[in-house]
Amino acid sequence: MTTRAATPTTTDLVERALRGKRIDVFGTFVSVALLLSLLVSLGILVTLLADMIAKGWSVFADRGLDFVTSPLSPDPAKAGLSQGIFGSVVLTVFVVIVAFPLGIGAAIYLEEYASDTKVTRFIVANIRNLAGVPSIVYGLLGLSIFVKLLSGVTNGRTLVSGGLTLAVLVLPIMVITASEALRAVPQALRQAAFGVGATRWEMIRHQLLPVAAPAMLTGSVLTIARAFGESAPLLLAGAILSNFFAPPAGTGLLTQITDADYTALPIVIFNWSRQPQKEFVAITAAAIVVLLVLLLTVNAATIILRDRFERK
Amino acid sequence: MRRLFLAAAVFSVVVSVAIVLSLFGEAMRFLGAIDLSQLWADGWFPRRGRFDMRTIVWHTVLVSLIAMVVATPLGLGAATYLSEYAKPRARRLLKPILEILAGIPSVVLGFFALRFITPELVQRIWPGVQQSNLMAAGIGVGILIVPLVASVSEDAMRAVPRSLREASYGLGAKKWHTSLRVVFPAALSGITASLILGLSRAIGETMVVAIAAGATGGSLLQVNPLHGGQTMTGAIASLAIGSDQVAGEAGTFNSLFFVGLALFAMTLLLNVVSERFVRRFRQRY
Repeated sequence: MTTRAATPTTTDLVERALRGKRIDVFGTFVSVALLLSLLVSLGILVTLLADMIAKGWSVFADRGLDFVTSPLSPDPAKAGLSQGIFGSVVLTVFVVIVAFPLGIGAAIYLEEYASDTKVTRFIVANIRNLAGVPSIVYGLLGLSIFVKLLSGVTNGRTLVSGGLTLAVLVLPIMVITASEALRAVPQALRQAAFGVGATRWEMIRHQLLPVAAPAMLTGSVLTIARAFGESAPLLLAGAILSNFFAPPAGTGLLTQITDADYTALPIVIFNWSRQPQKEFVAITAAAIVVLLVLLLTVNAATIILRDRFERK
Repeated sequence: MRRLFLAAAVFSVVVSVAIVLSLFGEAMRFLGAIDLSQLWADGWFPRRGRFDMRTIVWHTVLVSLIAMVVATPLGLGAATYLSEYAKPRARRLLKPILEILAGIPSVVLGFFALRFITPELVQRIWPGVQQSNLMAAGIGVGILIVPLVASVSEDAMRAVPRSLREASYGLGAKKWHTSLRVVFPAALSGITASLILGLSRAIGETMVVAIAAGATGGSLLQVNPLHGGQTMTGAIASLAIGSDQVAGEAGTFNSLFFVGLALFAMTLLLNVVSERFVRRFRQRY
């Protein structure tokens, strides 16, 4: 896919022969301007990271790991991220358990089983449109369905409601990335499997999925990472929006998930960012550094892995 | 197995129906609870029963326009460079910049807009501007949608057949001429789609606006983006923040579903239009 007009060597030679040693001023200007627009993005990225580290550094220097392991507190000198990280991890587990199988299942149906009928086309269009719905609208869905309507199952404003809301949010993106992975598998592979008498399910299980797995997995990981940083829907789906809360004493892990107040790392950042005091600016920046380190490690690892697969 | 997979696919339709029904139900209840003139009042102050839609829609438009002014040159420039100029190796090195930028959560850009873009950029150009303003929020949202605009329009430019470029070179056109006058127009429907998609994302973006645009209690209509103001998404977010405390006037809480419905309709319309454009460039080549 990378063999395109990127290196038109003949063109270069002919151009050079025609042009002689004169420099194409306008052409150089255009290419520099285009490169510059890319470098501005890089500049923004670097500025953002440097600014967060500069603002948040004192927190790490003064408190070290204590900042990550302390619970929330109205006192910025004591407040920490443990509850936020716990919430985000549990929410991510929900997304993996619910959205991953549903997304891949739907993609397999649409790509491998469904014939091109009106109903199929409707479902595909529907999924595409769902992927473009603003995330806060999913929060409204989570609020009215999971928090209110199904409160018997979810116990209202709990990690169950938040997790299901995020799962529904990423589902369409999951279907789209998985579909693209399946579409990239050559048709010949399917025909060969059918040719030796495999049923459709055997073909999918033994031929298709092993080949499509790397692309599917990297796509899913990037999608799940997005859910990890997502906060708008959680504002509505019940995350605690104050500076302090404590689980009832002596509650086990399960109760904390199914029947207790919760927050998430991006929500903690949101709450702190709205506090005017200077100390909160520092811990907000530090929390952002923690969030970005987590996300960038996962994303970078995935992108490197994908590039390696692509080059093969 | 087939049934199981079908059920998974049908689930998406169930989700759409659930979204529409829950939004519609609560929005109708809101409209029933208030006097319709309250939708055309002085400013958006839900707790005082003033639900002026003009205010929040205008602020959304303002923020989105600023975002597009930022994202269009950066996104299209990056796309053209990656598609037409970068050699494969440079591309492999440069493309991840956009991918990493795309992975930055919006809450982070909200904080960046409030604590960096405002003091270091907006307040330097226009001294005396308040900390929270629509301009910084718009710039933040713009940064957020650069990767989206870049990747969709790059795909469109790469889909332009090589023969078009070679024909152009064959006629003696230079590289810049070929890129800007041949490839760019040929990919125009895809590029338009990327801009519409970016606009739709900008309209629906919540966290940047909720943090950086200010006016959490409500706001009067501001023509000037250097003031704080509440957008549609900002209004939903700040109602959500207050939801466990004050009940306010009749319909205060349900108004967020009404705003959500309007937001849903606007973004859906834009997405459908951009889908049309994408299909056009796919069909042609």
